[in-house]
Amino acid sequence: MKLIIISLITFSSLFIFNSNTNSYKSQDPLKESIERGSEIYTDFCMSCHLPNGEGVENVYPPLAQSDYLIKNREASIRGIKYGQEGKIVVNGKTYNNVMAPLGLSDDEVADVMNYITNNWGNKNEKIVTEEEVFKVKK
Amino acid sequence: MKQIHSLLAILLITVSACAQQTESEVKAEEPVALNYTTELVVSDLNIPWGMTFLPDGSMLITEKSGDLILFKNGKKTTIGGVPDIYVRGQGGFLDIELHPDYKNNAWIYMTHASAEGEGEGGNTALIRAKLNDNTLVELEQLYKAGPNTKKGQHFGSRIEFDNDGYLYFSIGDRGNRDENPQDITRDCGKIYRLNDDGSIPSDNPFVNTENAKTAIFSFGHRNPQGMAKNPFTGAIWVNEHGPQGGDEINIIEKGKNFGWPVISYGINYSGTSFTDITEKEGMEQPLFYWVPSIAPSGMAIVSSEKYPDWEGNVLVGSLKFKYLERLILENNKVVKREKLFEDIGRVRNVIQAPDGYIYVAVEGKGIYKIILKE
Repeated sequence: MKLIIISLITFSSLFIFNSNTNSYKSQDPLKESIERGSEIYTDFCMSCHLPNGEGVENVYPPLAQSDYLIKNREASIRGIKYGQEGKIVVNGKTYNNVMAPLGLSDDEVADVMNYITNNWGNKNEKIVTEEEVFKVKK
Repeated sequence: MKQIHSLLAILLITVSACAQQTESEVKAEEPVALNYTTELVVSDLNIPWGMTFLPDGSMLITEKSGDLILFKNGKKTTIGGVPDIYVRGQGGFLDIELHPDYKNNAWIYMTHASAEGEGEGGNTALIRAKLNDNTLVELEQLYKAGPNTKKGQHFGSRIEFDNDGYLYFSIGDRGNRDENPQDITRDCGKIYRLNDDGSIPSDNPFVNTENAKTAIFSFGHRNPQGMAKNPFTGAIWVNEHGPQGGDEINIIEKGKNFGWPVISYGINYSGTSFTDITEKEGMEQPLFYWVPSIAPSGMAIVSSEKYPDWEGNVLVGSLKFKYLERLILENNKVVKREKLFEDIGRVRNVIQAPDGYIYVAVEGKGIYKIILKE
């Protein structure tokens, strides 16, 4: 009897432990968003900003450790959502180029924002949500 | 001994991971004595993807975002009746071209990204229509590539007619490098050839090949965004984007395989290589390749007497470096390259118009005409 109780406890604790880790995994929205954002990045951004977000000097601004990206959250969302045009200063360098509107939906903009703000030395714990993107107007 | 082996292994991995590329032999130079300058003729355009001239001298311009604009007597009018355009990534409203016999049949041909058909996402479509009272009428879809995909890359597309009246247009590999370009039973990564009504010419190269997409004329392309009929030979020339390095100029030939991605002078964006070879039997060598990439879009081969200095030269827009490139050829070999109008902006398109002038479309700016310096 003792044995049964012990094994029951063990079993149930295992179950609880497992379900905890599972729910941790599936309920970390930031991590999931970053994962989805990584695919968007490969498809839509990488050919110019390059795999490590380093950009091309004087042509395409860097995303990696970019002061512009970290300090201008709303403007960055706007740039991805509606396209970017004209002069911007990134890490002390002026870039004057055109990025066409990408045609991404609001949730995709949020995902790719979460990816680029949490990569290559960038850190942003405050998740960008679909609602936040929705509210950003031209 | 073991240590040496692991050292060697590390060395090998390092070397193969950072693939070495051979730069283009001929480098782009600043022009020595440039007799021409640019004049802005159409202002305030975002991404003027395609342009063509009507017989009265007015201009039709496609904006990638989905608008068709008529520019007449200095005024822009937005044309109605355009189809639904799928705007995502590199997709949108793409090229526009008149039928060679437009004066008699009034057909206008256009390519655009379209969400029509099965599956989520979109793919490139070819349509034709007529212009009546600032509206497109009698619109017909002549080709729609499948399957649809939400990928943002490589829709192509340019349209051109040859001297026999065949219509050619390009579609890129749609971000599916490993399945599309080398498989003639699949769309994408191809140059297509059709009759002007959209039917398949009976002498297309794969009409008798089982399951083949019979509109295919050549394959193994990555993303051709420049196409021009060589006014001296009648041949169809294209330029196409490579990945990191490996943009190409090719002269299209029936049934030929242009090699992507089996052979390439480019490497992955990450700096690793996806192929070790640049040549293979049965695959065509490019007429020219760019390393580093210039991101070529648009192409014109100069035959107009307005530019005696440039006769026979190939003009190509550079999206990446924001200039117009002039390539000088001898016996189909590039011997000199010049960067014209540096910092003009992202050059999306270049054409030699019926009036003999060359027009250049620049993103975020508009359309420039190349004129003699005073």
